[in-house]
Parts: sequence; structure tokens; C-alpha cells
Amino acid sequence: MNTVTEPAYRNRLGYQAGLLGGFALLSAALLIVGNLSTHDVIEKRLDEDLQTSLERVIPASLYTNNLLDTALLVTDAQSRQVQVYRGLKAHQVTAVAYRIIANGYAGEIELILGLDSDGRILGVRVLSHAETPGLGDKIDDRKSDWILGFNGKSLENTTTAQWNVKKDGGEFDQFTGATITPRGVVKAIHQGLDFFRQHRDTLLTLPQAADNPAARGP
Amino acid sequence: MTTGYRTIAWNGLWDNNIVLSQNLALCPTLAVTSTATNGLGMGLATTVVLVSTGLCIAPLRRVIVPEVRIPVFVLIIATIVTLVDMGMNAWLHDLHKVLGLFIPLIVTNCAILGRAEAFASRNAPLPAMTDGLMMGLGFTLALVTLGAVREIMGSGTLFANASLLLGNMFDFLQLTVIPGYRGFLLVILPPGGFLALGFLLAGKRILEKKLRERSRVARPVAVSESGAIA
Repeated sequence: MNTVTEPAYRNRLGYQAGLLGGFALLSAALLIVGNLSTHDVIEKRLDEDLQTSLERVIPASLYTNNLLDTALLVTDAQSRQVQVYRGLKAHQVTAVAYRIIANGYAGEIELILGLDSDGRILGVRVLSHAETPGLGDKIDDRKSDWILGFNGKSLENTTTAQWNVKKDGGEFDQFTGATITPRGVVKAIHQGLDFFRQHRDTLLTLPQAADNPAARGP
Repeated sequence: MTTGYRTIAWNGLWDNNIVLSQNLALCPTLAVTSTATNGLGMGLATTVVLVSTGLCIAPLRRVIVPEVRIPVFVLIIATIVTLVDMGMNAWLHDLHKVLGLFIPLIVTNCAILGRAEAFASRNAPLPAMTDGLMMGLGFTLALVTLGAVREIMGSGTLFANASLLLGNMFDFLQLTVIPGYRGFLLVILPPGGFLALGFLLAGKRILEKKLRERSRVARPVAVSESGAIA
């Protein structure tokens, strides 16, 4: 690369530093432009994703509102902020859904839990996980029906001791070769139900202007 | 330094294939190739990045001084990858959901920095882009082959979810090769990736040896000396 015709300024420190700085500036500028032009679209796509996952745990017959518009921010026992989405019909909260996190075999498992106003499970679905394919990934409803076994369960019809996998004396199946994954999921769902019981009043009470879309959480 | 386009193409696709000959970029190779579709997606995304970095770096080859070339290349590559990531998230969202995890990893794909250093910084934009394209296609080829082998053996399907990647037109690609197959977990897991890659590398060696022997036999004796380049 070093040819004879190379101008002398190229060897100066200032040129080299300026070059690097210039490229850093240029990259930053490009990234800002890129971010500005994709930000809104990405936001919209993520909302669509969320909407799809909410629809999987709250049956369409239970609500008439836009689920994303009635979100509520609640602080849970571990002082984490939980975004709760609520289905409304005739000015009553008929269903709630929120994300819960389970500790799996390979990191966190993100699930969405849908409950009716009595605290019964309408549906649970896995949003993301990194469990072993073929073993732990049976929690995914595309791989197995296991996760549907939670439908209809609540703290009333299933005792605390029953909220365990069968190996631990509970009533939910574990998988052959994978106990940690279902154990984590069962525990997280149990905690999720607990969260509903503790915050029941907050979750089921609507603000004054119930169908005002501005009631969306911060 | 002028290299014929035919040589560039052959280099990228076969002779100097990123995975099969240079043994570079093994991390993304092994990580995504549990299905052929994932391999295809990762290969195409990497190809886009390779072509764009070639296009950006080649015209700047007289501006960039050797002393700071590596950080500048890394900056350029990281910027392009981030832009590709954001663009895909916005406009190819379903594909991004499948590959999203791996796109930022392209930055660390040493093959890209390697091509920038070895080729793009020494050649005009057009050959540099050709090199990027061919290297990328060669990479894609290796990933799809590896993905197909692992998918057929591991889950009994081929190009599952291809329509997610390419649109519904490509539904016909999705095959169930072995109906009612119960799956062979080892092949899907990382060790299976290593094993399959090993067999693939060995296969390429054997194929090359066979081809060399055949060309030696086929050619007349007078040319054989120049024909037998080891």
C-alpha cells in the first residue's frame, strides 16, 4: 500500500487522528439517520407483535377495546414494573394479561399470562426462550400441548402444594430429560397468579373515563 | 493488482471459501445452521454486509492510512451491520425475529474484516463488490449445505419456515423429507454442528482430490505439468 507517490501529510499524526475521528463522526451521523428513519416503524412492529401475543392468551369474545390502550403499570413484590394489559367489555375488566419471567435451564423464559377477572388462567404462552431443542422446548405450544394444561387453573382450584411438577408432588407433568424447565415455568405461573391476587383491586378498577384511550399507562 | 472476475468468483465460491477453505466465521456457521432456512438467512445477510463493506472500503483505500486502517474498517463494518439490523427490524420484521439474534454477531464475523483487509482495501470498488458477493455466496452455500444436512438428519424436514424468510412464493421449498421422523437431537445441538462441519470439510478435500486426479488423467501428457497445480 505504501507507494512512492504517497503524499507526506499522510504520515502525520494529525491526519491519522483526524481520519479516525472523521470516520467516527460519519458513522455516528449515519446511525442517527438510520435510527430516526426506522424508529417509528420498529415501534409499530413491536406493538403488532405484542398485540398478537395478547390475542393468544385472551379470547377475542372477552373484550371490545384495544388491548394496548388500556395498559397499566404496576409494581410487583420484587419492585419490578409490570405492564398489565386489560380486556374490557361493557366497562368491566374481563381479562388481564401480563408478562412473567421464569428461570429456565438456559436463562430466562419470557411468558405471557392471561387471566379472567376471577383469576382463572385463560392461557399461557412462551414469548421467548433459549431452552434445549427437543427437551426443554416442549413448553412452546408449537412443539407440544403441555402449556395448554394450565388453562382454567387458579389459586382456588389448585393448592400451593399442587403448583409443582409431579416429581415434586404437584400436578403438572415434567418432561423426560428436562425437569428444570417445567419446574421454572410452573413456579413463575404460580407467582404470576399471586401477583394478580395481591393487586386484584388495582387491576380490576378502571379509571373514571373508562373508554378514554388516554388512560394508557405511561 | 488486477484479478480476473472469474478467478474472484471461483475463489469465493470454492477455492478460498470462507468456511470450507479458510475455516473462518465458524461461530455464526455453527450457531445458526440447525435448519437450512436459518443458514440461508444468515448467509444472505452476511452477503449484503460483505458487498456493502466492499463498496464502502474500496473507494476509500487511498484515504485510509495503514496505521489506523483496522479501527476504521471496524467502524465501517459496525455501522453497516447496525443499519442492516435496524432496517431488517423495520421492514423485514418476521425475518428479523428469526435472525435478529445473529445479525449483531455479523460484526464479529472475522471473515468480513478479513475481506476488507485482504481484498477491498487493495482493489477498485467493482472487483471489491464482486469479491464480497462471491465470498458471501460461498458462505451462504456452505451454511445452507450444513443446515440442510443437520435439518434432514435432526428433524427430518428441509427448509422448514422458508416462507417466513422468502415469502409465500417459496412454500414449495418446505419439504418433509422423512415423514413421522422423531428427530435426532445430537445433530441439532452444537456438537452435531461440529461433526457435520467436519464431514463437510473432509468431503470437500476428497472431492478436490478426485477432481485433480481426473484432470490429470484427462489431459495429454504435454500439458500435465502445468495442469497439476497442487
